[in-house]
Amino acid sequence: MRLFSSYLIGLIFGIGISISGMANPAKVLNFFDVAGNWDPSLIFVMGGALVVTFVGYWFVLRRAAPMIDAKFHLPENRNLDARLLGGAAVFGIGWGIAGFCPGGALPALGTGRFDVIAFVVALIAGIFAAKALMALTGARAARVLRRET
Amino acid sequence: MMTIDTIFTPWQSLAGGALIGVASVLLMLTLGRIMGATGILAGVLTPHTHPDTGWRLAVLAGMVSGPLAVLTLTGQMPEIQVPVSLPMLLVGGFLVGIGVTYGSGCTSGHGVCGMARLSRRSIAATVTFMVTTGLTVFIIRHALGA
Repeated sequence: MRLFSSYLIGLIFGIGISISGMANPAKVLNFFDVAGNWDPSLIFVMGGALVVTFVGYWFVLRRAAPMIDAKFHLPENRNLDARLLGGAAVFGIGWGIAGFCPGGALPALGTGRFDVIAFVVALIAGIFAAKALMALTGARAARVLRRET
Repeated sequence: MMTIDTIFTPWQSLAGGALIGVASVLLMLTLGRIMGATGILAGVLTPHTHPDTGWRLAVLAGMVSGPLAVLTLTGQMPEIQVPVSLPMLLVGGFLVGIGVTYGSGCTSGHGVCGMARLSRRSIAATVTFMVTTGLTVFIIRHALGA
């Protein structure tokens, strides 16, 4: 049941991304190119997604728990820190260079195109590189803390 | 970099956006999870820190089936036009991977799900990456004139 419903949800997401234009780098980059070939379509993607999610979440999060899990898994961190903003800034630079974001590229893998696969391989390499870097700096911070205490 | 003209598609994009919203609401309703492409992919890549990989793999399989479903329903594959070179895809992809890992999310996790919960972190992250994406596109297309 969990797997079947999750597959269907992924499919709805994948169809939505496919028809919205988020999986099309030419459209994404033209959205950001206000000074050039501006294509405002992506405002409608964000707008449609936000309105539906805002209203849907309002009803869903009033429940005591989700339907097939014990609790809602919501992020508890509320701090605006350098890691969040720096990460978001770097993500934007990458998105502006390549034109794909993860939510756009993963469904686009289904087209079997080589350029999408190349992007996703680089994306995965970046995720592992960041995790390794975090583990390294985390370990160093822990050592400094041990020495100081 | 060459630029490709694209057609303004408000209704199609609105419908696609609404489906993205429906998927986000349904995942919260059933499993209580955020529909974030980054979190779901990272969870599958590092199963030792995310033991519950089954549903994540199922969501990914569903996502990848999206273009084929569109082909079946409309007779056409979704349009994908890539106006950038392979090195730019690789450098961009690597930076996106680093950024979404440090930033704990991307367009779907922060931009849709987080903003819909009015999360301060997601609003700040979304504003930040929209600005840096816009600046990057401006610099590449107009300042460098590539």
